[in-house]
Parts: sequence; structure tokens; C-alpha cells
Amino acid sequence: MFCRIRPLRTVRSVLVLGLLSAAALAQAADLKVGVILPLSGPVAAQGLSDAKGIKAGMKFQDTVNGHKITVIQLDDASDPSVSARNARKLTDQDHVDVLIGTGGVPGAMAIAAVAHEAKTPLVSFTPLSVTGDAADWAKTTTQSAQTMISAVVGHMKRAGVKTVGYIGFSDSWGDLAYESLKKSADAAGIKIVANERYARSDNSVTGQVLKIMAARPDAVLGGTAGTAGALPYIALRDRGYKGAIYGTHGVLGPEFVRLVGAAGQGLIVPTGPALVGDQLPDSNPSKTITASYRKAYQEVNGEPPSDVFSAYAFDAWLVVARAAAKVPAKLEPGTQAYRAALRDAIAATRDLPATEGVLTYQPGTPYGTDEHSVVIVKLDQSKWVLLP
Amino acid sequence: MNADIALILGADGLAGSAVYLIAGLGLVLIFSVTRVIFVPFGDIAVFAALSLGAMEMGRLPAAIMLIGLFAVIALIMELVELRRDRAWRRLPATLLIWGLAPLLACALAGWATSHGPEGLRVIAAVLLAVPLGPLINRVALQPIAHASVLTLLIAALVLHFLLSGLGLLWFGPEGIRTKASLDGAWVLSEGFSINHQVLLTIAAAFLLAAAFYVGFERTRLGKVLRATASNRTGARLVGIRPRHTALVAHTVAALLAGIVGVLISPVTTIYYDSGLMLGLKAFVAAIIGGLISYPLTALGAVAVGLVESFASFWSGGLKEVIVFGLLIPVLILRSGLTTHADEAEEDEV
Repeated sequence: MFCRIRPLRTVRSVLVLGLLSAAALAQAADLKVGVILPLSGPVAAQGLSDAKGIKAGMKFQDTVNGHKITVIQLDDASDPSVSARNARKLTDQDHVDVLIGTGGVPGAMAIAAVAHEAKTPLVSFTPLSVTGDAADWAKTTTQSAQTMISAVVGHMKRAGVKTVGYIGFSDSWGDLAYESLKKSADAAGIKIVANERYARSDNSVTGQVLKIMAARPDAVLGGTAGTAGALPYIALRDRGYKGAIYGTHGVLGPEFVRLVGAAGQGLIVPTGPALVGDQLPDSNPSKTITASYRKAYQEVNGEPPSDVFSAYAFDAWLVVARAAAKVPAKLEPGTQAYRAALRDAIAATRDLPATEGVLTYQPGTPYGTDEHSVVIVKLDQSKWVLLP
Repeated sequence: MNADIALILGADGLAGSAVYLIAGLGLVLIFSVTRVIFVPFGDIAVFAALSLGAMEMGRLPAAIMLIGLFAVIALIMELVELRRDRAWRRLPATLLIWGLAPLLACALAGWATSHGPEGLRVIAAVLLAVPLGPLINRVALQPIAHASVLTLLIAALVLHFLLSGLGLLWFGPEGIRTKASLDGAWVLSEGFSINHQVLLTIAAAFLLAAAFYVGFERTRLGKVLRATASNRTGARLVGIRPRHTALVAHTVAALLAGIVGVLISPVTTIYYDSGLMLGLKAFVAAIIGGLISYPLTALGAVAVGLVESFASFWSGGLKEVIVFGLLIPVLILRSGLTTHADEAEEDEV
């Protein structure tokens, strides 16, 4: 019985396949990019910057190997379950060739899971903690917290800091930053003399700051992000702290600078090169692409970029566009073979100068930048100034 | 810990206490008069703070939209009621209270945004908060004024989510900090100084507590409020209208919320959702006062502020747990000390 049905099924599958590929050919096959961003909800401020970065990317390059690049952009409302649903919709219904997204780490992790399952490559611009097989499908343009913080600790060592106090959020970001600090500080021979935590919603950190100051550290590192990260620096200044202050790349928004005011002057943080693009020396490999990014951004958004998120999003676009150029011309977008080839091309990215550093992807990890891509900037009169 | 650190923590704690004291007075006032545990109190304070921040950045505060929205709904409800009662002679008073008064506050804020000195903006921000209390009460709480305490609590919770959602929509997800009304510090010794803003907060709390005392002891309105609080049915029998007392209570509480908002915004970063935590800590203070006693609430506020400050020194991560943990011994003590007369009273209403 089965023997009689099987040939029928085969014929049918072949017919369907033929029809599908005919349909694909008839469309002259655009390269479809599915973009998921948090355009509303708590991470919206970042999502709007990301969207501007993607727009700048489209302006920078919108065709590759004769294929037009089309974008399907969806809002995930800062909700990881919506991120996953959107990713599934994009892969199952729209058959996108590559996914880009999203603003928050939990959402990006949800998309990475879908990307792995649907065998569609993902290029993200937030930290991802994926390993092994899943890391082959998901890559990110941002630096890992370890890379960033070890660069800061490097600066501390050069500045002769012997003891450091830590104050961070009482959440996973605060823990991650502390662990990264501990690892780098131990290696550099710097002693951590205080480890204090506070909640993002707290309205006073006087107690924690007093405890840190009682330990008399040479420098204080804040493991914080966004506007809630301004509180420790203000409290330190109010209590007359005179030592050096360091921060993470989580505070690099214009809102933080406005909020921290005079208390944040002299704050030293790590970042990718894009933020201080015009101050970079000509020898920096990111100089040229950063200039192109700033030009494209200015043209589509009518203002110069003032944040880091749009640059990371632009890099994600750049990675996709450059990898797509390396996919063999005989493969057509919209097919599984194309997606697999695109994944291989993304994973094979070597020494690509991007706005936030030089990207080289390795198997088994989603990160592509190393310590050399990190620059150290200092807040001076409410402007980020590049430190040599 | 040395003496300096203890002094600094004590001063910081008292500044917190002062804020919780003002908020606690508002919560107790509303609960004793209307039986509503007014969760959105903190949100009104946040709206005042965010409005002040918006005005300082030269933007029209979005609280105006909120007031407009609620004022339109309240006016429609009032007009429907007037039509039903055929009481058109009350029309001018209705228009004045629900239409013109909120509009005046908005107009002042609009004018202060473009012209005003800092002091005027602070006053405008407080006055923006004032109409919110009565308007919210008129639209959402008055129609269910006779429901059980639990129903009223749930309605108040819903109002909190509504207000903080609108806060996110109109003010955005980022926090703000306003300019300090009084900059500088009072240096007492080398290691110990008190910010002028902290002194201002504590002074404001003292003044308001004194005003509450005088108001309740000496004025007719205060006595009316006390009468309603001690026995609602009795108060109605002697001609006190519960609607009227609720209106007064919500207006006064909203004024307190506005003052809290402008007092805390220069020293802490205010987000659209900061209100709940503020309200909850004031609620702990109010619970210590049994939601009825003003002096005990004041004591409770001092305890909450000091515990919070010292807890942040000993164990920053567990601070909230310690503050809310205060509730457990208080509740055990209170349930041991008081008889269940309150519930019997509740049934009579």
C-alpha cells in the first residue's frame, strides 16, 4: 500500500518545489531582511536609535550582487515573547533570508533561539550568551562586557589605580559587570575593596556610597546603565569623593549626560570608535566607515548621530550586506541553500572594519570584536572626549 | 561605622522620613474620609515632578493633557447628573469647579513654561497636581463610593497602572532630575554637611504637619473631616455631605502629592513608574499609624526613613526587604492590641 502512495507523494513534492522556485525566480528575488526592534515599551529609547541606524544602513547600501535589499520591520514592544513571535512570523510567512534585532538582551536571545530552529542567520547588536551550534546562526556586532571592562581596567592600571570600589545594579547586568571586573582586576593586580548594589528604581544610594568611601578606594567603577546609572556618581560628588570615576558602556546616552550633570565630569568609560568618530586618528581602521555612517545618518535622519546604538545597528546591516556579496551568484535569495550560504559568509567575516571596531567572527561565540576595537572616552564638559 | 557616617545616614534618613510623612498624611486623610487606599498618590507626585522637569526643558508638561482628559469626562458626568436631577441652577458652580479651575492650573503651567522664573514653575507644578486628585476621584472613585474597601483598593490599583502607563506614553521612559530650589549645603563639620534641599524637605514636613494639626483642631472644615472619619453615618445625619468631604480630602491630598513631587525631584531621579515605590513606603508608615492616626503615621514615617537609610548602608541589596519587613512586627502588634471594633463599624455603613 505504502509503495503505491510514495511515488505519488514524491511527484507532488517535486511539483510543489518546482512551483515555489518558479515563484521565487519570477520575483527576481530580493534579499529580504527581517528587522525586529523595540519601538515601544521600556527599551523604546534604544529601539528608536536602532531604527535610525538601520535607515542609515539602507542609505549606505541597498543592493547586493544585483539583488535589491528589502526590509520588513516589526515592533516587538520590548517584550521577548513578541520578539520570538515576530521572528517566527518573519521566517515562516515572509521567508526572510536574514534576521536583524532586537534592542534588549532577553528579546535578542529569544530571536536567536528561533533563528537556530528556522535555520535563518541572525545578526544582532546586543550582547548574546549563545554557544556551540546556536552561535553559528547568531552573531552580534557589540563587544562583550568582558572585552569592555578589561579595557577600562587596562586604563586603571596605566593610571596607577591600586584599589577599586564597585557599585552596580542589583540585577544580572550588575552581576555580569562585577564578574568581568573581578576577572580583569585580579589579572591586573588591582584589589576590589567594595562591592555595593542598588536597585534601578532606588532614590538614594547614600548608604552604599558611604560604605565605598569608608574603604578608601583609588577609583570607583559603576556597573550601571542608562539614566538610573547617574545616581552613584551624584552621590559620590555630594559626599565629597575626590578619586577617579569609571563606568561601563551602558551609560553612553545623551540622557545620562544631561542627568549626571557636573557630577559626571571626568567619568571614564569604554566604547566602540563610532561615538568619537571625528576625533579618531587616521590610523584607526574604523575612521573611514565611521565617516560614511555619519554621512548616511545625517542624510536620512537630518541630524548627526549622538548615541552608540544606531552605530551598532548600522554595523549589523554592514555585516549582512558584506556577507551577502560573498554568497555564490547562482544561489537565489529566499531558498534554504541561500540562507545557509549567507550564514557561512557571515561566520567567515574577517577583519571587516565597522563603526564599532574590526569584526572577525569565530566559531562557537557570537562576538566578533576584541580589545583593540575598544576606545576609552572621558566625559569633559558634557562631551565625550577620546583618551589616547 | 563612625559618628560621621551615622550622622550622614541619619540626615539622609530624616529627609526620606519627611517625604514619607507628607505622603503618609495624604494616604491617611483619604482613607479615613473615603475608605480608599489611594495607591495613585505616588503617581500624582511623579506627574508633578515630571511636569516640573518638562517645564525646565521648555516643553509643555503632558500633565495638562491628563487633566484635560479627566476634566472632560468629569464635566460630562456632572452634566448628565444635572440633567437627571433637573438642577440647572447648579450649572455655574459645576462649570467653575470642573471646568475653569483645572483650566486655570493648566494655563498657569503653560505660561510658566515660557516665561516664569524657577520659583513660579515649582508653584505651577504643584498646582498642576492639585486638580488631578478631585478629578480622578470624581471620574473613577465617586461612582463606586459605597463599594467595599477591597473593591475600592482594586479600583485604586487600576488607576495607578493607568496613570503610570500614561506617564510612560507622555513623558517617555527616561528619568529626569530638576534643578534644586536651594543649592548648597550647611557645613557642620569637616565630614558632615546637610544639603539645603534636605533642610527644606524636613521644614516643609514640619510645617504641613503643624498645618494639619491646626486645621483639624481649629477649623470647621477640619472638624467636618474628622466627623466623617470617625462615623460616616453619624456625619451624614448631621448634614455633612460625603461627596463634599471626599472632594476636600482629595484636593488636600493632591496638594500634598504635588509638594512631595517638587521636593524629591531635585534629589532623586524620577521615572514615570517611581510613584508606586514612594506610595508603598508611605503606606508602610500609614499602616504603622493604623491608617487613622496622624501622629502615629508621623512616627512610622520617621521609622521607615531611618530604617531605609541605615539598611542601605548595611546591606544595599536587601534594603527594600528590610523596609517592608517592618510591616510584619507592626501588623502582629496591632492585631494583638486592637479589638475588632473596626469591622463592626464597617458593617453599619
